[in-house]
Amino acid sequence: MKHTVSVLVANEAGVLARIASLFSRRGFNIESLSVGKTDNDEISRITLVVEGSDRVLEQLTKQLNKLIVVHKISDLTKESVVSRGLALIKVKATATTRSEIMQIVDIFRGKIVDVASDSIMVEITGNEDKITAIEELLRPFGIKELVRTGKIAMARGKK
Amino acid sequence: MTLLTGAQIFVESLYKEGVEIIFGYPGGKVIPIYDVLYDSKFKHIMPHHEQGGIHAADGYARSTGKVGVCLTTSGPGATNLVTGLATAYMDSVPIVAFTGQVPRAMLGTDAFQEADITGITTPITKHNYLVQDVKDLSRIIKEAFHIAKTGRPGPVLIDIPKDVLQEEAEFVYPNKINLPGYKPNYEGHELQIKEAAKAINESKNPVIYSGGGVIISEASDELRELAKKANIPVTTTLTGLGAFNERDELSLGMLGMHGTTEANLAISNADLLIAIGSRFDDRVTGKLDTFAKDAKIIHIDIDPAEVGKRKLVDIPIVGDVKRILTILNKVVEEKDRSEWLALIDNWRKLDEVSQVRKDKKKLSPKEIIEAIDELTQGEALITTEVGQHQMWAAQFYKYTKPRSFMTSGGLGTMGYGFPAAVGVQVGNKDSVVFALAGDGSFQMNVQELATVAKNKLPLNIVIFNNGYLGMVRQWQEMFYDRRYSSVCLKMQESCPPGCSSPGDHCPVTTPDFVKLAEAYGIKAKRITKAEEIRPALEEAINSPHPYLLDFIIEEEENVFPMVPPGGSLDNMVLKEEA
Ligand SMILES: Cc1ncc(C[n+]2csc(CCOP(=O)(O)OP(=O)(O)O)c2C)c(N)n1
Repeated sequence: MKHTVSVLVANEAGVLARIASLFSRRGFNIESLSVGKTDNDEISRITLVVEGSDRVLEQLTKQLNKLIVVHKISDLTKESVVSRGLALIKVKATATTRSEIMQIVDIFRGKIVDVASDSIMVEITGNEDKITAIEELLRPFGIKELVRTGKIAMARGKK
Repeated sequence: MTLLTGAQIFVESLYKEGVEIIFGYPGGKVIPIYDVLYDSKFKHIMPHHEQGGIHAADGYARSTGKVGVCLTTSGPGATNLVTGLATAYMDSVPIVAFTGQVPRAMLGTDAFQEADITGITTPITKHNYLVQDVKDLSRIIKEAFHIAKTGRPGPVLIDIPKDVLQEEAEFVYPNKINLPGYKPNYEGHELQIKEAAKAINESKNPVIYSGGGVIISEASDELRELAKKANIPVTTTLTGLGAFNERDELSLGMLGMHGTTEANLAISNADLLIAIGSRFDDRVTGKLDTFAKDAKIIHIDIDPAEVGKRKLVDIPIVGDVKRILTILNKVVEEKDRSEWLALIDNWRKLDEVSQVRKDKKKLSPKEIIEAIDELTQGEALITTEVGQHQMWAAQFYKYTKPRSFMTSGGLGTMGYGFPAAVGVQVGNKDSVVFALAGDGSFQMNVQELATVAKNKLPLNIVIFNNGYLGMVRQWQEMFYDRRYSSVCLKMQESCPPGCSSPGDHCPVTTPDFVKLAEAYGIKAKRITKAEEIRPALEEAINSPHPYLLDFIIEEEENVFPMVPPGGSLDNMVLKEEA
């Protein structure tokens, strides 16, 4: 089962390596990871997506908790959350396909952020499914380059 | 405002922490520290290999309960600490290790003697630091000592670039610690403790399975009170030996792969297992599904990550063992469990079978250890290496008090015991200290003979000389059809194929340990006859000097009982097959 875990950590050198090495030690593949500062300069938030049973995840959470740099861990898997990722997609475009591509981007509320003679760069935000869906629709035109951020997530409401 | 250099701040901070002894080895990047140490009040013990230094700091810490401190230079000095850190990490030993580092401007350039030691040691330290600013140094040292000795203890490493040692700052030693991500839980949940008491009161056949955590938490008295009050037999892990007086009738000795018959059968037949400061190591549990299969399990531990890690438990209690036992003892009821204890007594008799030896001419390790036991009445401080002799030391010596048996339980580090004994003796000047070693292991840090000689440490070094890497040979004998591959310490190219009897006729490839000790100025003796065992031991114990005794033991003696790897505890091999 896939788990989304949010980890608040000290904003110091080497923190990401500590977290990542804990996962690799147990042969875990991190599916997605994103890091950034929070409103507090001393604290960063890491959002991780990993695959594993509840039991395994419980162990991982406990092991993560042992790291001195980790302040708080929340498993967002069963929470009601808002989650987003961002992708930039450079897709081949010719005079004939350009308008069709723009229509697709429009439907997905993406943005065209760059246009060249033979390509268009698209920016798209949303949950994973949405990004995957537009990726699939643009693929037939020829994707020249694609980059996706990891997922970021936050629990809704009071939490 | 007086300014101090980083090196001076290092020394002043260590004074503030009450450090008395540093196990250190100099080098280019730590010369600034050595320059300050020149006028300092510390006792400085220089090992002859940094690995020896950190094992000594470990032995010092395990035997005294204080934090062990070691110091090395950057690069090779630092990487030589790796095995010692991993050893201490696995057995939860509080150590603060300082390493020199290349100047900040050269970090990451593959400079001369640079190694990314914080990167290398992240998985084997409780925490580590690279000091980037001299102003942070005293705070980091304070935090490091706090982290090393609180909660579940462990090693912490501080890497200090040379220029940080030379730069100046005002010396302020913080009196508060601000570590929002570090809050060990000591209390133990009241309701859970009540649950546990209820389970204990209701149980008929309970067993206490006590680990190194009991010693670390200084909870031996509370453990004894629990066992005595409720009449519960106690078995300990390898690192837990000494937490419960083994001369007590409730003692079952050690459990696990080479545990006693009564301990392993008691676990297999228990209706309640009270695991205290122990972590269900695979060498302890054997086949996990059958371990304590009919028992309800209570698990008391300071580290929440240990609870439910290998075995699901019914009543987890996270917190300090001593505090929890103190509360628990008030609510458990006195109970007569004579039927259960009588059953266990019967199993004890089975154990005797496994310890009868074949009639052989060479010395028996059992006799040697029992002689040490008698002569020291379970009062000696004992260290071991890893192998058969380690298991014999666990089985045949009857430990009476905590912090008297220092061994690498979790990592199983050959080369640990002898240097650890250096630290034990330094920390316990008036105690009788024995370093028990196999002839293989002893050669892993044999250079520390120089440290022993130089510091005139009255250590008793006992070598169980069987010409083999004995424990590996035993496995090859039992599970690999006696194909003795690379375990004979005397083997040479000219040996006849298939030979399995190293002896007096062999060419000299193992050093003559007696001559070797003498070369370092240490008294030594070789013992080959049973009647010489006692006099030799007495002479060594009574001698105010270091002493090495080389006991030539039976080559193919095995350790029994044995639970074959992956087997169930109630399926022990008791003795040699005929
Ligand atoms: C550093 C290290 N290398 C290898 C091993 C694997 N090992 C475990 S026991 C053993 C044999 C030890 O032989 P010796 O020290 O002579 O003791 P004996 O078993 O004969 O008492 C070996 C090689 C180990 N535990 N540690």
